[in-house]
Formats: sequence, C-alpha cells, structure tokens
Amino acid sequence: MYAWIWHQLPGPTALRALTALLLVAGVLALLLLVVFPWAITVVPGQEVSVEGT
Amino acid sequence: MSAGGRVRAVVGVIGELFITAGLVISLFALYVLFWTGVETSSAQDALEDEFDSLQEPVPVAAADDSGESSESSESGDSAEGTPVDPSDVEAVSDPLPGSAYARMRIPRLGESWEWIVVQGVDMLDLRRGPGRYIESAHPGEIGNFAVAGHRATYGEPFAYLDRIRVGDEILVERAGVEHRYVVTDWFITTPDDVDVLAPVPSQPGVEATEAFITLTTCHPRFGSTERLIVHGVLVGEEA
Repeated sequence: MYAWIWHQLPGPTALRALTALLLVAGVLALLLLVVFPWAITVVPGQEVSVEGT
Repeated sequence: MSAGGRVRAVVGVIGELFITAGLVISLFALYVLFWTGVETSSAQDALEDEFDSLQEPVPVAAADDSGESSESSESGDSAEGTPVDPSDVEAVSDPLPGSAYARMRIPRLGESWEWIVVQGVDMLDLRRGPGRYIESAHPGEIGNFAVAGHRATYGEPFAYLDRIRVGDEILVERAGVEHRYVVTDWFITTPDDVDVLAPVPSQPGVEATEAFITLTTCHPRFGSTERLIVHGVLVGEEA
C-alpha cells in the first residue's frame, strides 16, 4: 500500500520524499487537531465527579 | 499477476494497515497521557493570572473592621459596611464555569502541589483544573465545599490523592482568605453516591453547623468504575 502510494508520487526521489513528508504531516495534523480531541470525549474512564443516575 | 502474487499483495496491504493502526493508537495514548497535561498546564498559567487579579477581598467581608467577624458576615450583612452593588458580590461569589475560583494546596501531595480550582465540574471545566461543584458551599461557608479533579490525564491534579491521611491539611485560598481544612475521612464509593456532597458529608438530611470540604476523583486511577472521596472540616481561617 505504501509502496503503491510512493510509486504514484511524481518527480525525482527528492521531490517524492518531500511530498511524502507533507502527506505524513497532513495526516498527523488531522489526527492531533481533529480526530484525537473528538476521540477523547468518547473514551470512557474520564469521569471524576459523583452524580445521580 | 499470478494468483499467489495477488494473495501476497492483499496480505501485504492488510499488514500495513495493522501497523498503521498500531502507530495511530500509540500516538493517541501519548496524546491522552501527555498532551492533555500540556493543555491543562497552559490553562493553569492563564488561570493563575486571572485568580491573582481577582484577589481583592470580597466587598462584604472587606467592609468589616475586625478580621475575626468576617466569618459571620458571609451571610451578606452589608448594612454596617460600605454599600456594595449586589451584582458585584455575585460575580465574585459565582464566576462563570471554567474560570478561576480558588487556589488549593495540599502539602501531603508535595510542596509544589498548588492548583487553581475552577468553577464547575463539566468535562470542559475539569480540563482546566480541579472544579468546584457549582451547587456546593463556598470555602469557609457552613455546608460542604466540594471539588472534583482528574486523577489521570489533564495534569492529573489528584493523581496521588490516595496518599492522603486523616489529619492532613487542605488549604483553600479565596478572596484574600486562606481556609484551613483538616482531613477527617477518606473512602472509595460508587459513582452515584451523591450523598458525599450533602451539607454534612455522607449524612444527607442533617443540617450543617460546620464548614466541610469534599474532594472527589476517579478510582482506580486509570479507570472510573468507582470514586475516591476525601472529607475534611474547617479548622481555621486567616486573611
């Protein structure tokens, strides 16, 4: 899968490497800024207060 | 491509997806354990400034000549002092959820253990620090001043609350007064045990004649199937 993506990238190796880094950075940003802040709200085990049922 | 080659390619992709999932989950674990702490610590820095700027004594109490009687003037007896705009008093008493409310120190948890307690115990409030149950008493007031805090993640203020012992001090500073509580009891209970918030802690229906404090956090530390509760009673105040 990653090999396939690598082969789709255009240009010489240096440009491919740069594009690949940008892609990784984009995925990381999406995870850290959007996915994780949402995911942490649905993961149980964060409750510290007492409340009636 | 031969049949064997195709199978190999499919297995390869599945393998890469699993590796990717493993990396993403590891990254999420790091995010939960460490990054939430960074967020909380930056919120605490801002709250510290906010709290310090709020530390003018509550107008009603300040109007009294003797510091001794400031306890009894908590009921809002402003007749003998300078008249104050009631809305001002209210703003100081009950800030908006998530804003700075009091400064708490628990020497047992370390000399540097000092947190700004925020108003409210909603998820977003508690990300900024320990939070006061809005319906609970104010510090020093007759009744039960109750605070919830994270025991893991989000700066984990109450991480080691299980080390507290009967007789330990809990110091709460608010409106220029330091309220000194002493721990009377601690135990583990169910998440729905709201009696711990009663005016006389864990004795619902009994009318309070003293000022109490209650701390709640999750138990076990990295779970939330139970709650760790600490009760204390006010033993002194100084301006």
